[in-house]
Amino acid sequence: MARLELLVYPDTRLRRVAEPVDRFDEALRAFVGALEETMRAGPAAVGIAAPQVGCARRIVIVDASSRPKVRHHGRLVLVNPRITAREDAIVAREGCLSVPDYTGNVERAGRIVLEAHDEYGEERRYEMEGFEARVAQHEIDHLDGFLFIDRLVSRRDLFRRRPSG
Amino acid sequence: MQGWYMLTVVGTDRPGIVARVTHALFEGGCDLGEASMMRLGGNFAVMLMVRCEGTARQLRDLVEPVTQPHGLTLHVDRIEGRLHRHVEPDVRVTVTSADRAGIVAQVTGALAEAGFDILNLESDVAGTAERPIYVMAIEGRALEGVPALESALGIIRGQGIDATLTPLDTLIG
Repeated sequence: MARLELLVYPDTRLRRVAEPVDRFDEALRAFVGALEETMRAGPAAVGIAAPQVGCARRIVIVDASSRPKVRHHGRLVLVNPRITAREDAIVAREGCLSVPDYTGNVERAGRIVLEAHDEYGEERRYEMEGFEARVAQHEIDHLDGFLFIDRLVSRRDLFRRRPSG
Repeated sequence: MQGWYMLTVVGTDRPGIVARVTHALFEGGCDLGEASMMRLGGNFAVMLMVRCEGTARQLRDLVEPVTQPHGLTLHVDRIEGRLHRHVEPDVRVTVTSADRAGIVAQVTGALAEAGFDILNLESDVAGTAERPIYVMAIEGRALEGVPALESALGIIRGQGIDATLTPLDTLIG
């Protein structure tokens, strides 16, 4: 399958809540292949979500393996992913294939536990931290219609104490 | 001739400055570009890219009626600016210290020598009037690599200044 068309903000399809996947068939795997090809064609992307190509299904790809000194699980296809635990908070810089020419600081959990199916329907569980955990949260946000620009913090927040609680 | 100007407005902070200035620009047919606006020491400072047809004088005449009556200082410069010229920072340096003269000069001087190109700098004086502390966050590019910046900061740390360097790994997803 060929590279897919990337939707760009303010395309309203990026705001839809994606539906769960219930069929783990060849069509799903072919779509995942095309989704990955689309991600690899982008500017050094480390993840992509199905809604970014106009498919309102709960499918994301996460691949932090290009980063040196980062703990990661390699290339992951996460179908119907759920974050079951979050710990710590980190503020770091993000951009998005669907928001060209803009990056900003976003707060994310520093450690997460994530459950998902792979593209064959097998149940998977991952404990992620740091960069890979940020990527997973960024992509899963797409499944609920959120973009990183919805979660920007100002530069000043980087060194102001956050309210407790 | 259409072109970009940098408009700066500075004066005692009060509600409505941004709304009045930008309304006058909109009514005058101008486009706004990138901007940075903030309250600094009880003043409000606006730095705003404005695109319009006409001269700097004409742009001034457009905005002056909403700045002069409120005691705001207005400044207009023609610039060779363009949009979509963002440069990604790859390092953040945060600096804290008991406030004293020379911190910024010392830190940025050492960093500049080590090949640091500053893209953003924000600083604050916090603490109390009796014991003020200086807090500064800088984002920029390490043109000669991170190790060079680390050794520059090592010297800074020896002078009673706390400095932290964080490589920025921008995630594109």
